[in-house]
Amino acid sequence: MSPSVDKSQTPLLRVAGLRKAFGDTVVLDDLDLVAEDHSCVALIGASGSGKSTLLRCIDLLEIVDDGVIELDGQDITDPRVDANEVRTKIGIVFQSFNLFPHLRVIDNVTLAPRRVHRASREQAEAEALAMLDRVGLRNRADARPDELSGGQQQRVAIARALVNKPRLMLFDEVTSALDPELVGEVLELIRELRGDGMTMLLATHEMSFARDVADQVCFLDGGRVLEHGPPEQVFGDPQQPRTRQFLRRIIEAGRL
Amino acid sequence: MSTTEWQPSALQRERDAYRRRRSTRAILLSLAITVAVIAVFVTIIHSSSGWPKVRDSFFDLGVGWKGLPGLLDAFWINVQIMLISEVCILVIGATLAVLRTLQGPAFFPIRFFTAAYTDIFRGLPLLLVILLVGYGVPGLRLAGAPKSEMVLCIIALVLTYSAYVAEVFRAGIESIHLSQRSAARSLGLTTWQTTRFVVFPQAVRRVIPPLLNDFVSLQKDTTLVSFVGVIEITLTSLNQQSQDFKFVHQVFAGLVFLALTIPLTRFTDWYSKRKGWVGGGQIR
Repeated sequence: MSPSVDKSQTPLLRVAGLRKAFGDTVVLDDLDLVAEDHSCVALIGASGSGKSTLLRCIDLLEIVDDGVIELDGQDITDPRVDANEVRTKIGIVFQSFNLFPHLRVIDNVTLAPRRVHRASREQAEAEALAMLDRVGLRNRADARPDELSGGQQQRVAIARALVNKPRLMLFDEVTSALDPELVGEVLELIRELRGDGMTMLLATHEMSFARDVADQVCFLDGGRVLEHGPPEQVFGDPQQPRTRQFLRRIIEAGRL
Repeated sequence: MSTTEWQPSALQRERDAYRRRRSTRAILLSLAITVAVIAVFVTIIHSSSGWPKVRDSFFDLGVGWKGLPGLLDAFWINVQIMLISEVCILVIGATLAVLRTLQGPAFFPIRFFTAAYTDIFRGLPLLLVILLVGYGVPGLRLAGAPKSEMVLCIIALVLTYSAYVAEVFRAGIESIHLSQRSAARSLGLTTWQTTRFVVFPQAVRRVIPPLLNDFVSLQKDTTLVSFVGVIEITLTSLNQQSQDFKFVHQVFAGLVFLALTIPLTRFTDWYSKRKGWVGGGQIR
């Protein structure tokens, strides 16, 4: 689907014919998507268009009703696949942070290295501190999550996901619960990750950021990718009437 | 959106079939293990030298069946004690819990009283409380003090169990995040209204399992009232046993209790689930 797919190389992530319904509500309906290694794919679309559900399906937090999700060529939706192992290769950051409130910042970050990867406490803490340093929160390592601002909490959540050294990062509207002053620090961090070549899927309402950082923009509507392409094409010359309507409303709201 | 025309793909049908096979296998395996464990127990018991005597005394179903109507009559006393006590316990326990969470120096005596009350009555053995109330209160010869043993026993049960239940409610109240209070107070609700309409209803849902725990425990502890001469089910079973020297009456008394507590527990679980109070889903 991307214009410059090298056929000889499997993309890092390939989604084909994905379907997911909750009861009678079909959220994803025969959805296709490809993310190349080291690329950034932005998912845009109205609330309820399936962005979050798609990310949750990719992280195997939901059981899909049909279709295939391939990570590095492996079908991870196959019930024979060890979901826990797959998840260690994918990091996800949630809209509402979901930090563990009973653990200090450092313990939030070292939980998976110590319990899943069996790292020693010393090694895990050294790595965690380095990661916290990177997100600019080394000095808050001993704080509890509820002592941090929203932006700080979200940066801890990103550090917690990154410390697993994921192949793919999923960002689920990570700035939607933040007030405007704090949005910048989180987006800046994502931009840096992008610069380091991290492959990422980014569900977002921050259109100017998506335009700036993404290689591919996918417009989701009615559970499908209605339109996709490089940002300049999707934002500059949208082909579908629904996309035009959506972008017009965004512009009217002053968000592009 | 299309719901009706969608048909699962061949791949999905294969996956569904695999999941079905896997769950069938898991069910069969767990059944096999259960049967094997039961078989081992039955074999061990059957091969013991004392088994014929034990069977004759504990499992003489004919004799037990004949004693059942008497047991059920007596059990009605237990049920009455249990129901009346439980209503009082829930009211008093909830009140104590709310009083204990009151903030501010003016409420210190109230907090102190409720804390002291729970400390004392949780710490005293129930049987002692029943004996003290059952024999002590009539001994005072106060005008208007209850004389019926059953009423005195209910008082003793309520005194003890209210202390337990208050702590259960308090744990529930304190587990509700402060942001819920903030939201309620922001709407102009008073402290009391916040507790009554926002915090307490959420707390109750959270503590239903431990509340049920205490309720079942209370049902069983109604047997202790036999110590002050109330003819309830265990005392009746002992009377029957003294006639024919068979323990089958105690076995039947136990079954009568289970016949009440197990459906009650299942019902509560089912009701909480249907109301969406528990069970937040599962991740593969």
